[in-house]
Parts: sequence; structure tokens; C-alpha cells
Amino acid sequence: MITLQLNGEQHTYDGDPSVPLLWVLRDEFGLTGTKFGCGEGLCGACTVHLAGAAVRSCQIAAGDAAGKPIVTIEGLDPHGDHIVQRAWRETNAPQCGYCHAGQIMQAAALLAAHPKPTEAEVFATMAGNICRCGCYQRIAEAIHLAATGA
Amino acid sequence: MSMFDLAAVPPVTIAPGSLANVSRRFVLKGIVASGALVVGTGLAPHRALAGWATGADKMPGGTVYDPHVFVAIDPSGEVTILAARSEMGTGVRTSLPMVVADEMEADWSRVHVVQAPGDDKKYGNQNTDGSRSTRHFVQPMRQCGAAMRMMLERAAAVRWGIDPAQVRAENHVVVSLVSGERIGYGELAAAASALPTPPVGELKLKDPKDFRYIGTGTIPIVDLHDITTGHAGYGIDAKIPGMKFAVVARPPVVGGKLVSYDASEALKVPGVERVVEVQGWPWPHKFYPMGGVAVVARNTGSAIKGREKLRIQWEDGSNAGYDSAAYRKQLEATARQPGLVVREDGDAEAALKSAARVISAEYYIPHLAHASMEPPSATVHVAGGKCVAYAATQDAGGCRDDLAAMLKLPAADVTVYTPLLGGAFGRKSAYDFVLEAALVSQAVGAPIKLTWTREDDIRHDFYHVVSVERIDAGVDSGGKVLAWRHRSVAPTIFASFVKGADHESPVELGMGFIDNPFHIANLRCENGKAEAHTRLGWFRSVSNIPHAFAVQSMVGEIAAALGRDPKDMLLELIGPDRIVDPRQSAGVKDYWNYGDPPETYPIDTARLKRVAERAAQAAGWGKTLPKGEGLGIAAHRSFLSYVATVVHAKVDEHGRLSVPAVYTSIDCGFHINPERIRSQLEGAAVMGLALTKHSRITFKRGRVEQDNFDGFVVTRIDEAPLNVHVDIVPADWTVPAAGVGEPGMPPFAPALCNAIFTATGKRIRSLPIGDQLAI
Repeated sequence: MITLQLNGEQHTYDGDPSVPLLWVLRDEFGLTGTKFGCGEGLCGACTVHLAGAAVRSCQIAAGDAAGKPIVTIEGLDPHGDHIVQRAWRETNAPQCGYCHAGQIMQAAALLAAHPKPTEAEVFATMAGNICRCGCYQRIAEAIHLAATGA
Repeated sequence: MSMFDLAAVPPVTIAPGSLANVSRRFVLKGIVASGALVVGTGLAPHRALAGWATGADKMPGGTVYDPHVFVAIDPSGEVTILAARSEMGTGVRTSLPMVVADEMEADWSRVHVVQAPGDDKKYGNQNTDGSRSTRHFVQPMRQCGAAMRMMLERAAAVRWGIDPAQVRAENHVVVSLVSGERIGYGELAAAASALPTPPVGELKLKDPKDFRYIGTGTIPIVDLHDITTGHAGYGIDAKIPGMKFAVVARPPVVGGKLVSYDASEALKVPGVERVVEVQGWPWPHKFYPMGGVAVVARNTGSAIKGREKLRIQWEDGSNAGYDSAAYRKQLEATARQPGLVVREDGDAEAALKSAARVISAEYYIPHLAHASMEPPSATVHVAGGKCVAYAATQDAGGCRDDLAAMLKLPAADVTVYTPLLGGAFGRKSAYDFVLEAALVSQAVGAPIKLTWTREDDIRHDFYHVVSVERIDAGVDSGGKVLAWRHRSVAPTIFASFVKGADHESPVELGMGFIDNPFHIANLRCENGKAEAHTRLGWFRSVSNIPHAFAVQSMVGEIAAALGRDPKDMLLELIGPDRIVDPRQSAGVKDYWNYGDPPETYPIDTARLKRVAERAAQAAGWGKTLPKGEGLGIAAHRSFLSYVATVVHAKVDEHGRLSVPAVYTSIDCGFHINPERIRSQLEGAAVMGLALTKHSRITFKRGRVEQDNFDGFVVTRIDEAPLNVHVDIVPADWTVPAAGVGEPGMPPFAPALCNAIFTATGKRIRSLPIGDQLAI
């Protein structure tokens, strides 16, 4: 039995603690905003914040996340109005939108650490998040918008 | 009945109310869950008539325009409009309801969109493929809105006791032109819903200058907020109480089958509950499962761990020798021999013999995987003689029919809901994963969420065809191209349906091959034999990718050989403004014009030329660029739209390729949402770059050699084109709407490779580029 701090609430999980956090979030707690994309830490769709840092939840055993604050896309802002979320809507960034929860969580962590990131920092950080629809032009625009507070 | 959690259906938050004395809750349930008529009852859907003829009514279910099927208005005036086509990122779930809303004079801020379940007969065809949604449904949806508006006007006229000609619907109210009185749509809902649907002949469509939403590009997609908060419901997010989670081990070679398995170690994995065999169908198995072994667990992670412990013996079958390197040599050998003549204008053989110069080249494109970010997944419950499926499929209607056939249930007892698709690109036109989930649910007696891991997706896709294209062009002493012989050699998608199919079908031949628009007197197209050894499917723009890559690269090669400007060469080959009709050419059988009549959608060279000129102008064609940089152009008609793309390529001193800018011009006729057209073309540049630069699927011993995003490489933000300029050729209602989702793809690869040639002098004929530019 482990206890996870999910979006400010305590939840217990009595299954195999070696299962990746991703599947515990999605299948055990119904937090399906966090997406499965590759299972190998190659695409970023499953990005959540663990103790404030962006991590790939497919690469973290649920047991290793126990006791640390976990924030998923559902918990990023109570009203969905984090500046990154607003910028995403302002630029009409998504197409299918599937990878965008991970993109937004990664971008939010980037801006928390570097409020005014350089283009190189944006590329280096966001290159871990794949968008097969190809919304990158708007994702770059949204991050710029969020960083400049426009 | 509350057995199933409707949370997977995108949330609709509307204050409770009633429609025709039926509670709002019931109405929504009616739309979503039971499929009841939502306005009035007992009326047969009228078939829509077209203002311009399309092939829509030849599709299963045809088209339907009846507002009794698509529109609900509650007494508070909130309007619900059904979307019946799958949303995979094109924005169609917003665009078509927006057409209904505009025509019915509804206030978009009071409109809610709900996704229809699979039922082609009731909603019209739902196979969301072939870039067809707008061109086949913009007219029925306009008629639907106009009919609803007319019913509201008639209801108001009855109430006021005046002639319907003396009332007018206007932004959610009906106004009396006699007294100036106004009645809101909510107040009229019950009376309007009791009226019969006006026949198409009585409908008055709005004057396009009065459109509020159509064509403005100001309406965000309806799911935008939910996507940014994690609340948008995708197929993989569906929830049925009590569901178990499954993954399947499948035969590593297509056509192979299970011999035996030992589940004893898998069953010891914590969380694993059951291991069951999944029935497989003999190859070619269409969209039916290939069979295998399913591991069922309390969560997907445990199921994956369990699957790793399975011990399975497979029989590989007849495709065990499939080897991509050897197969390429076979295709090349075939392309160097005469093939089946599928178009013959003049006498290309004689003209090539007498040509002053012959320019020849062979082009290769490998298999590709779709790799949508949401892998195939379905949540299905088969119980008590009924089947309920939540499935991210492009074809909910077809999926329902095949589920019914496989489970031997009447279609009425099978329900297929279509949550959002997390990308699809043609992969989810095949719904094998839904059928698998149904089989597993049936076997274990519980609702099942079945997920394909990324490895499953990459190894067991319906792949884009591998191809070799060879073109020989003959030029006379004056530099005029007088002969063109194009040989296309590729396995056919139809080999996934028909055993032994070994030539391109009319559908594939019609995708940028025998519909060649060039003004060349002696033009011959040949198709060589090629057997398929894996599952093949529709990949965004399909055979247009290899055909356009060859044709448009060859234009660049001829220009280079003759010392001509590539854009001028292209325009010269397109030739004078005219209509090209391949049916007039010898050798052409069953010409396929994307399923639509050539009379509505002819091959119009003036439109092709215009997009080429517009893209070139936007790019500043002819401008001087630094060393290592260059522009390349390509223009191609596909899915009845015309697209030209100019790519600005840069190759640095280490041979590293980047794409500083892309200029694309599209003529897709009448359009609904220019903002989503732009996003589709921006995306096509990104996906186009991936297949040009990186992506490939290869086989060895019948097995796919790649299995995740490390082996199957796609574009990431650090190399993506971030300056994609999209020009949409203005078109009014007189220009029939055409495709958008796919046509951006075909010109990208040849435009980029033409640009690389200009930048470096290096001609790329084999994709992906990989390390071919390395210095």
C-alpha cells in the first residue's frame, strides 16, 4: 500500500508499486488527462510535475513517487487558467490535442524555472515532447506569449 | 440505465430544462445513449439534395440533412448539434456544426456539440477518411440548418397568425416583420419540433454575405478549453465501471499464427488476472484481428508486465522472408521492365527513342507508420447480447457493422461511441483494435480497455506502401519535353482485403499518377507487379506521396538538366489553362476522381498554375540566398484541392538540414474555417519533414525492425519548420469545397528535395534523407 499526493489530495494504491505512475494515475485514479504515448520516455505525452519538476510518468515507478507532491494537468490550475493554458488557447495551438497536456506541463515547468527562456532553452526542453499533428509553430508561439506575459 | 459511464463523452454542461416536455437529461441521453430522435418523432430522414453533385450518396448511408436527427433546442434556448464525423484534429467536429448553426441563425455561444454514435443509416456516412467531410457534408449541413430555421419561422408564424413570409429568424430569435415582436428559439422549440422537415426544394439557404461564422476563421474548436485542462475525452480515456485492462501479444509476422503459449509466469505477475487467447483471422484479414494472447489485469501497467512473461510459440507463415532491402531490389528490377500500361497519350516509347536527350531517375520511399500520439485503444463491453464500444475510430458506422457481424449480433444491439481521436492519419480507419477488445471482453465477461503499446503500434500498423517510381523524360533539341514515361511499382492496399492483389488499384492509380496534368504529347504510365507481404493502409494522402515525390522531383531534374528555372519549368509542363480528363486517354480504366464526379471536380490546370504562382510569389522566388540555402517548389492536385509548396532549405557546412521557412498555397474551393485549414497545412509541413528526413519502417525476416520513437523517428520542435506561411485562395460558394486534411502532404517532400538540390547540388531520390547529406 502506498500513498500518493495527487493534486493536493491523498490517494492510496494497494497494487504493484513497480507499475509506472502513469498507469496508476490513469487506470487506478481516473486521471486520464495524463496521456500514454510511448512508455519509454521518448515522447513526453505523460509529463507530470513531481515535487515541482517535470517528469515522464511512464518512467517513474508509482512507489518512487509516493509521498511527493504530484501535479497532473487536471491540477495545474483550479480553473484551467494557468498562463500557459491561456496562451495555448490564445494561439489555437492544438489540432487533435492529445499530446498537449504533456506539452503544457513541460512548458509550465520550463517557465517556472526560466520565466524568460531563450529560444535554445525552449527547443532543448520542448524537444522531448512529440506532436505528430505538427502544432510546433503554435506551441512555440504560445510559449513565447506566456513568457512575455502578453 | 447507468451501467456505463458517459463521462467519456465530452462533457456538456447545460442547465436542466426540457424539450417538448422531455427533460434535458433525457434528451442528452437520447442523443448520446439511445439514439432517439431529438426533435419530434417518427419522421423518416430526408435525403439531402446537392447544389453541386458529389459522390457522397454512393457512400454507405449517403448523406442526411434532417434537423430532427441533428439538432435539439431546449426551452431555455440552448441548442445542441450533433457531429457525426470523427474528430482527429482537423476541426471537423467544430466546422460542420458551425455550418448548421450559421444557417439556422443560432448564436454560437449557445450551441453545444455532441458526438453522434456510429450509425451510417441515421447520420449519413461516417467514414472520416479521404478528406471528404467538408466536401460531402457542407451542403447537407447547410440544408439542415436552413430547414431548422424554416421550422422555427413557421412555428412563430403560426403563433402570431401571420404568413411565414412575414417573419425572419435572426441570431437566436424570430422577428415579426409585421409587429416587430420577437420570440426566442427556446420558446419556439416545442412547436418547431412538431413540424415536419421541409423538403430540400423549399429550403432557402442564406446569402453567403450574411454568414456569421462560416469563412471567418474566428471560431475556436469546441474542445479547446478541455484539451488544455486535461478534460477532453479521447478514445483511450473511456471509462466503463468494472473494466479490466488488457494488452495483446500478436504474431510478429503478418499471416503468422499462435501455436502454443504458457501463461504460468505471466499469471504470477501482481495485478494480472486472466490470460486468454484472441482469435485470429487468416491473412488477408481486412480489419479483423490477427490473433494472439491477451493479458488482462487491474491496470495497463500490470498487463504489460504480464505480457513480458508470456512464453509463446508462433508460426510465421508465408511472409517470414519479407526483407526490405531485398524487396527494394525487386521493385527496382520491376521498374526497369515494362509494366501494365495504365495511360497512354501519343507514343512515348517512340518519342523517347527519337529524343535528343533522355533524363531518367528512380525514386524510393519506404514503408511508414502512422504513429498517432494516441495509439490504438478501445473500451468495449460485450454482455447480455449487447455490445457497447468506446472507440477512437475514423469509421464508427463501419466499426459497428463489423462488430455486429463478428459477434453475430443485430446492429441495433451494438453501440459505438466515438470520443476524440488522438491523431489518426488513416490508421484508425482500420478498427482491428476495437474487434480485439470485443473478443477479450466476451472471453473474460467484463468490460475491457484494450491498449496498444507504442511497440504494438509501430510493429503491427497498416503501413504506408513502399514504392519505387521510375521516370524517363525525353527532351527535343529545342529543350521541349516531348516524352514522359512513368513507371510506378508498389504493393496495393487492397492486398489487405483481397488475396493476391498485386497491382495498384484505380484508387491508387488516381492519386497523382494517371491523373498527371502535364502538357506532354507522349505520356505513358505503367504499373508493375508487386506482391504485398504486410498489412497496408491509408496514410495521410496515400499514394500521392510517392507519385508526387517522383513527378515533382523529376520536374526539378529536367530544369537542372536544361539549365532552366525550376518554377518556370513547372509552369511550362503544366501548360496552357485547360481541363485534363484522363478518361479521354487510352489505357485508363475506371478512372477514380476521389469518388467524386469529374464534372464537379475536373483537373483544372489554371488552378494548379495559380497556386504555384502564389506560393512562389509569397516566397519571393528568385531572391538571392546565402550559400547552402535554396528554394524548391512543387505543386500537386490531390483530394480535389490544389496545393503548391515552396520550401526554403538550409544545409550547413556539416550537412545539417534545416527548414527556415515554408510557403504553401492551397485552393480547396469554398471553405468553412480558414484557421483550421492553416493548422492542417502547418502540420503537413511537419509530417512532411518527418517522412522526408527521418521516418522509415523496414522488415527483416518478416518482422518490423523499429518499435518506438527512437527507431521510427518523427519531427520534434527543435527542427520543425516554425515559419509556415499559408495562403488560402479565396473562393465563394460557386467553387465546390474540396479536401484539406491530406493535400498539404504530397508537395512537401519534392519541394524540400528540390530546395536541397538548389542549396547543395545534391539530388535526393531515396527517402528518408537520413545521413545522405552528411559531410
